[in-house]
Amino acid sequence: MIEGISIYHFLVVSTIMFFLGIAGFIIRQNLITILLSIELILNAVVINFLAFNKFLYPNELQGHFFGLFIVGIAAAEAAVAIALIINVYRRLKSIDSDKVNEMKY
Amino acid sequence: MTFNIFMFYFLSAIILIFSLLTITSRKMLRAAVYLLFVLVATSGLYFLLNYQFLAAVQLTLYAGGIVVLIIFSILLTSHISEKFKKPSVWKIWMGSLSFVFGSVIILWVLLSHQFVKPEGLKDIPVNMHLIGNQLLGLGKNGYVLPFELISILLLAAMVSAIVVVKKEKK
Repeated sequence: MIEGISIYHFLVVSTIMFFLGIAGFIIRQNLITILLSIELILNAVVINFLAFNKFLYPNELQGHFFGLFIVGIAAAEAAVAIALIINVYRRLKSIDSDKVNEMKY
Repeated sequence: MTFNIFMFYFLSAIILIFSLLTITSRKMLRAAVYLLFVLVATSGLYFLLNYQFLAAVQLTLYAGGIVVLIIFSILLTSHISEKFKKPSVWKIWMGSLSFVFGSVIILWVLLSHQFVKPEGLKDIPVNMHLIGNQLLGLGKNGYVLPFELISILLLAAMVSAIVVVKKEKK
């Protein structure tokens, strides 16, 4: 428990961060910057998990472990996504999402 | 204003400002570095919540691993000084509308809901001993099954990443 800061402060920060990520996901064209927006979204979710864990159920560690697993999954996802992006770049010489409309092998 | 509260507002200001810069910057390398600032400030929030282990994981894995991976892929796929062309007006409108409506609706729901902490729950100290015991525990509060699943998933992801980027034989 933090003196003077309630759960609502954390929720406001994580909500705004989440929707900034979604706006970036829609606005951006480059595949790597779309990946950056996904990282923003995942981080906002982890902040939410931890805030709920700390402020509502501090006798257990469920939110903490889910945060840990989300970080692990984010690492796996980033590795696979970057491998795919590099492969797309090799084939099409561009990673703009509106130019990558040909998924044929 | 105590130091705790000051640090919270300071870190959240860093998070929000640099998130905005991450999605609006027109140079890709700068966007990645802004994301690095966001991740470091987020781990500061975890420190503030007294989850030191997760904050350390965030620093090493996100700020140390993923951002470096992203920067390498940026260097592989595009020129550093290249600027993006401006996104179309329609896309900007759709993005800002989804941001405004989504955050207003979610914030309205969250702030009008009364979160009540159940009575009589004791604050446990989060130390390495407890985390290790629960992460590999089988009984109540044991997380060995998702732990093993994550390990298999990571292995599969790494193998698939290697297979995808491997050059084909001519």
